[in-house]
Amino acid sequence: MTLALQASGITKRFPGVLANDQVDFDLAKGEIHALLGENGAGKSTLVNILYGLYQPDEGQVAINGQPTRVASPHDAIAQGIGMVHQHFMLVPPLTVVENIILGYESVTRGTKMFGQMSVLDRRTAAQHIRALSQQYGLEIDPDAYVRDLPVGAQQRVEIVKALYRQADILILDEPTAVLTPQEADDLFVIMRGLAQQGKSIIFITHKLREVFAVADRISVMRAGRMVGSAKPADATSESLAAMMVGRDVILQIDKAEAHPGQPVLRVENLSVMDDRHHVMVNGVSFEVCAGEILGVAGVQGNGQTELAEALTGLRRVADGKISILDHDVTHATPRQITEASVAHVPEDRQKHGLVLTFPVRDNLVLCSYYRTPYAHGVEIDYSRIEQTAADLIHTFDVRTPGMATAVGSLSGGNQQKVIVARELARPVKLVIASQPTRGLDVGSIEFIHQRIVQARDRGAAVLLISAELDEILSLSDRIAVMYKGRILDTLDAKSATRQICGMLMAGVVQY
Amino acid sequence: MSTTTARSIVKDIQVSGLRGRWWVTALFGVLLLVAVWMLLNLVIGGKCGADCVQGTLAQTLRVATPIAFAAFCGVLCERAGVVNIGIEGQMLMAAMAGYAVNLFAFQALKDSIGIEAAGNLSRWLAVLAGILSALILAALHAVVSIEFKTNQIISGTVINILSVGITGFLYRQFLAENLPPGPGTFPIAPIPVLSQIPVIGPILFQQKPLTYLMLILAFAIHYVLYYTPWGLRTRAVGEHPRAADTLGINVYRIRYINVLVGGLVAGLGGAWFTLEAVDVFNPLMTNGLGFIGLAAMIFGKWNPFGALLGALIFGLGNSITSTVSIFRPDIPSQLPQMLPYLLTIIVLTGVVGRATPPAADGEPYEK
Repeated sequence: MTLALQASGITKRFPGVLANDQVDFDLAKGEIHALLGENGAGKSTLVNILYGLYQPDEGQVAINGQPTRVASPHDAIAQGIGMVHQHFMLVPPLTVVENIILGYESVTRGTKMFGQMSVLDRRTAAQHIRALSQQYGLEIDPDAYVRDLPVGAQQRVEIVKALYRQADILILDEPTAVLTPQEADDLFVIMRGLAQQGKSIIFITHKLREVFAVADRISVMRAGRMVGSAKPADATSESLAAMMVGRDVILQIDKAEAHPGQPVLRVENLSVMDDRHHVMVNGVSFEVCAGEILGVAGVQGNGQTELAEALTGLRRVADGKISILDHDVTHATPRQITEASVAHVPEDRQKHGLVLTFPVRDNLVLCSYYRTPYAHGVEIDYSRIEQTAADLIHTFDVRTPGMATAVGSLSGGNQQKVIVARELARPVKLVIASQPTRGLDVGSIEFIHQRIVQARDRGAAVLLISAELDEILSLSDRIAVMYKGRILDTLDAKSATRQICGMLMAGVVQY
Repeated sequence: MSTTTARSIVKDIQVSGLRGRWWVTALFGVLLLVAVWMLLNLVIGGKCGADCVQGTLAQTLRVATPIAFAAFCGVLCERAGVVNIGIEGQMLMAAMAGYAVNLFAFQALKDSIGIEAAGNLSRWLAVLAGILSALILAALHAVVSIEFKTNQIISGTVINILSVGITGFLYRQFLAENLPPGPGTFPIAPIPVLSQIPVIGPILFQQKPLTYLMLILAFAIHYVLYYTPWGLRTRAVGEHPRAADTLGINVYRIRYINVLVGGLVAGLGGAWFTLEAVDVFNPLMTNGLGFIGLAAMIFGKWNPFGALLGALIFGLGNSITSTVSIFRPDIPSQLPQMLPYLLTIIVLTGVVGRATPPAADGEPYEK
C-alpha cells in the first residue's frame, strides 16, 4: 500500500494552547480517511498544517513517500493537495470559471509573455472544467455566477477548483455541515467516485453517521492528540463517541413521554419578508403547547431564520397573527415579548445573543437588568447582579476564569451556556431556540439538550429550530418540516424517520 | 455563430456592470441631453446654437478629465479593497509639483535647447513630477493602511490635510510672486484626420494630451480588470481576500500595486490642473474634484466606463455652468456653480440604484 501522505510527530503550539501534540496521520492512495473529533480537538490545525496555512513546530510530512515541507497554500497546491474549506472560499460576484481559475489562470496562447497582463482564456478553462465535471460526476455550469448557486453546487465548485489544480489529495473540512441529508448522500457518492479514480481524501467531520457511510478508515482526535483509529466495520457509534469525548456519552436523550397542555404559541397564516423583500415565510400556521417540543426541521435558508425573528419581535410581520397565551403579540417589541415569559436562544449567538465585549456577569442579566432587583430607578445594583451571575455560572457549569471576563473570550460552548443560563433560568412559558447547538462540542450539546428537555418537563412550550436533523429527531415531540417558507408537513416524532424528514426537507411531499 | 458573438457581447456588457438593456440606457441618455439643451436655451434665451453645443460638449470632456482620473484611481484602489479618500490630496500635490517643475525646468533648459523644445520637454517632465509626487502620497497611504492596518478613512484624511499644508507652505515660499515666465500649459493637440470629422471631431479629437490619455485609460483599466489574470485577482482580493489567499495569491502585494498605480493615475489628474487647465497654481485649486471623482466611481458602480460616464455628467454640469455665466451675466454665478455639487448629492442618494461596493472594501486584511 503506497501512502499518498504521511505526517508524523506533528506538534503545533499556539499561545497558551497545544493544538497538536505529536500527531501521526497517514493517508493511503485512493482511500477516504475520516478525521473525527470535537471542535477544538485539533483537526483543523492538522489539516491547515498539511495545506501550508500553518507551519508545524515539530514533525515531518511526506507526500508519496518523499519527505517534504509545505510552506504555503501555493506550495500545497503545487504538491497536489487541494482543500475544500468549511466556509467556502468562493468569490460570490465572480463566475464559476473565474473562481476556479483564480490564481491558476489559463491564458490565451501568444500572450503568455505578458504574465499577469496577458489575456484570460475563459473558453479553454470552461472546456476543461466541463471535462472534469463529467469525469467525476460533479455537475456545474461554468458560466453561472457563484452568488446564484445553492450551497450544494458551490461545494461542487470548490471540489472542481481543487481538481482543476490537479490535486491528488483532497481535504474536505466539514463538508456536510451545510447540506441536507440527501445532498450529503450525493456528496458521498461523489467522494466514492473520486476515490475509485485514485484520489485520496481526508474527510473531517464530527457526525458519526457520516463516517460509517463513507469512510475506509476513521481516526479520532481529542485535545490535540490522535487517540485512536479504526475501520468502520470494527467501530460503533458509542465507541467512537467515547473516544471523541474521553468518557461515555449518552447519544440518545432520555426523555419522558410528553404531556402537552394548553397551546402557548399560536401562529396563524404568518408571512414574513427578508431584507430584500423576498417572502421567506409564506402563510405558516402552527401551535406549540405547554410541555411539548415542536421541532422545525429544514435546510438552512428556507425561512427558519425569519420565522424565529418574527416570533421574537426582531422582524416585522408582513401578514398573519402571532399570539402567546391568547395575547396578540404580532406587532409587539422584543422587550414586550421577553416580558411575556418568552426565552430566545438566537441562531447567531455572537451577533444576536451576546455583547461580546461585555463581561459574563452583564451578559447574564441582559433581559432583566432594568428591573428590580437589579435596578433601582436609574441606578444599577451590581452586587445583586453578581450574586445572580455567580449562581448561574455555577448551576449552568459555565467555564469562565471569572464573571468579569469578556464573554467573547470564552469558547463557543461556554458562550452558549451563558445564553441558555440567562434565558432558561427565568420562569419561562415559551422557549424559542434556534440552532442551539450549532458548532458546539459533544459535551456542551449533551448539556444543552438536557436543559431544553428540562424546560419542557417544567411545562414550557418549546419551539426548536435546527438544521441538524439528528437533533430534531432526538428532541422533538412533533416535527414540522419547512421548505421554501412553508411547513410542508407536521409529523409525530414517533413515526418520523430520517428518510421521510430528509425527503420533506428537499421539498418532496410524496413518500 | 452570430448568436454566440451576440451573447458574448451581452456577457461583456454584463461583466462591466451595465446590466440589462443598454440601448435603452443609451437612448435615454441622448433624450436627456436634448432635454438639457432645451432647458439651457430656455435660461439663456435660445442663444445656444450648434457652435455653443459643440463648445459645451468639448468643455464637458475637458472638465471631466480630472474627475475621471480621480474616479479611475478610486476604481483601482477599491476594487482591491482599499478605500482611498486621499485622492484629492494626491491631486493637489501633483498639481503643485507639476506647476513648479514645469516652470523651473523650463528656466533651466530654455537657453540650452531653445524655447520651443524646452517647453515641450518641461511639460512632460512636469507630468512625471506630478505622477511621482502623487505616488509618494499613495505609498504613504498603502503602507499605513495595508501594512499597519490603520483605518483607511483616517489615513486618507491625513493625506488630504498633509497635502493642503505642504502645498500651501511651498506656494507661499516659492510660487506666490516674482515668478519667471513659464512655458504655459499643453497646447491643443488635434489628432490628424479624426479631428476633421464633423461634430465628433472637435469634441473628441481636438483636446490636450492628458484628456486623450484619460480616454485611453478607461479602455486600459477595463481591459486589465476583466480580461487579465491581474484583474481577476484584483477583483477577488477586493471581494474575498481570504479566498484569494488560500489560492496562493499575495493579497498584500495586489493591494500595494493597485494603490500605487492608483497614485500614478491620480497624479495625472493633478497634473491636469496646472498643465492643461490654467497656467497658475492656487492653494486648494483641486476644489473637491477628487471627491467628486469618488462620487463618479460610485455612480459607475466601480467600473471604469461607468466612472467615466459619471465624470462626464459632472463635467456637463460644470460646462453648462460656464455657458450660462457667459450668456446670462445677470444670474449670480454661485447659483449655476452649485450644479456639480448638487448632482453629486443627487447621484449619491441613489438615482443609480443601490450601488454595492466590493465586499472587502476598506477592510484591512489580517492573515
